[in-house]
Amino acid sequence: MLRYSLQKILSLIPVLAGISLIAFLLGVVSPGDPAEIALSRGGMSEATREQVSAMRREMGLDLPLPVQYARWLGNALKGDLGKSFSTGEPVGQALARRLPVTLRLAAYAMLLTCFFGILFGILSAAYKDRTVDLCIRGAASVILSLPGFWLAILMILIFAENLRWLPTSGVGGAKSMLMPAVTLSVATMATAARLTRSALLTEMGKQYCLAANARGIGKYRLVVRNALPNAIVPVVTLLGNYFGGILGGSVIAETIFALPGIGSYAVQAIYMRDYPALQGYVLITGLIYVIITLVIDILSLVLNPKIRLGGGA
Amino acid sequence: MRKARIQGVVATAILSVIIISSLLAPVLAPYPPNATEISIRLQGPSAAHPLGTDSLGRDMLSRALYGGRASMLLALAATLISMLVGMVLGMISGYYGGIADWCITAATNISQGLPGTCLMIAVAGVLGPSVFSLLLALTLTSWAGFSRIVRTEVLRMREEPYIEAMRCLGSGDLRLLFRHMLPNMLHNIAILFTIRTGRCVLSIASLSFLGLGVQPPNPDWSVMVYDARLHYRSASHLIIVPGLCIFLLLLAINMLGDALRDRFDVRSEEVREC
Repeated sequence: MLRYSLQKILSLIPVLAGISLIAFLLGVVSPGDPAEIALSRGGMSEATREQVSAMRREMGLDLPLPVQYARWLGNALKGDLGKSFSTGEPVGQALARRLPVTLRLAAYAMLLTCFFGILFGILSAAYKDRTVDLCIRGAASVILSLPGFWLAILMILIFAENLRWLPTSGVGGAKSMLMPAVTLSVATMATAARLTRSALLTEMGKQYCLAANARGIGKYRLVVRNALPNAIVPVVTLLGNYFGGILGGSVIAETIFALPGIGSYAVQAIYMRDYPALQGYVLITGLIYVIITLVIDILSLVLNPKIRLGGGA
Repeated sequence: MRKARIQGVVATAILSVIIISSLLAPVLAPYPPNATEISIRLQGPSAAHPLGTDSLGRDMLSRALYGGRASMLLALAATLISMLVGMVLGMISGYYGGIADWCITAATNISQGLPGTCLMIAVAGVLGPSVFSLLLALTLTSWAGFSRIVRTEVLRMREEPYIEAMRCLGSGDLRLLFRHMLPNMLHNIAILFTIRTGRCVLSIASLSFLGLGVQPPNPDWSVMVYDARLHYRSASHLIIVPGLCIFLLLLAINMLGDALRDRFDVRSEEVREC
């Protein structure tokens, strides 16, 4: 198991390197000369050519690209992601301040996904082809076709504007996180429910479940105690994908509900043409995603003795 | 099986209505989609304007009729490019193996190691909003799914007796790949293509909502949603109409994908989750 985990961790190194390369290249292909932007932020409206080239030397922009990448990566590993073009604040600091909001939102959304996704999946499988199942499946199809931003705005119109139950925006208690978290989690919830259903039905068709059924075991015991532990494995394996979707979707949810997380930071960075901030966002998001994927890989290893005993996947 | 057929028929019917009304928009639309009339701005549904007017007094029905064109064309183009790129890379990677396989697999892992939306807004944000950057952003996030599934299929088929036999008869690599292997994975690709087109429509709408996708004053559903951001509290039809159009299009595409999946009885995880 230790070996498998180590293998997994080692296999992530090229992925992390690739993500950092993408983040670095974003800065290279971005329009505008960072040296000129830095000078004009310093209050120099018409910088001379000498001043610009001195600044370029100072910022290391005259070096070959691989050297620049190595320097950038070295700084990034120390937590220095450069300074924001628009505010002058170190990007690392701004991201660290905003990260808890996004993580909290993602955690709520994941919680909703796991709980309701798996619950509806179980109900759907237990009452296969009955009204409950048909309703859940129909709802899943509808939900998977709803654009997230549209759902968010409809919810604001209904729950905040008309019924005045929930605040429209801003950070407060769990109540203010409810609509954003629902927005983020409905799609993954529907996918999780579908997957749980099909995994459960596959298990329930197997002989051990047929035998248990023939022995007259209760439905609850059959589904929840016998089939679920085996059916849950593929669902857990894909939780990482769901987390990725939630993390990406938080850009929209944070923008609509005015939450100061890293997603809305990225959107502001785009509007301000603040490329170091955008690079930092890509790097951090990639890093979090990779770590979560790793944790879930190891978790599904714990849950699935087949991989554990079979000496690796 | 029967259910899948009904689902497929319904999906095709909705899709046909959307496509035909988009094609016939110049005939069907009661007003030009960009004709402004400030005196009647933000009006609710009425006899003259069945779906109301927007913040510049443009007719919502006419805009909604034109609104699917750009989104659908862009989504189709992006998925098509992704499919071609993914197919070629997946074939190289699965058939030839070696260093090429290592590099391509690493590239798919990297592009799937970032949440799609994150990569997309980064690319579209840095390059600025244009058709090119939109297509690039969509392709960068979609190709890996195709590549992975084609690679898996080629790996599975490479050692099959009928492929061996064709090789002994002197078939070249290209002939083997395109004449003999491709037809056997076409259904998987078709399902993934359908699902991916839906995802691309959704991505375009999300990017446009952030101001990074299709640009105003183009009469596009996603642009209508973007325009509605400031006024939806007072005039909710502004957001409901285009959102409903996007929703119906997505619903039809997803139903078609599900129907195809049931029809071919595909359970492969790649197709479901890529």
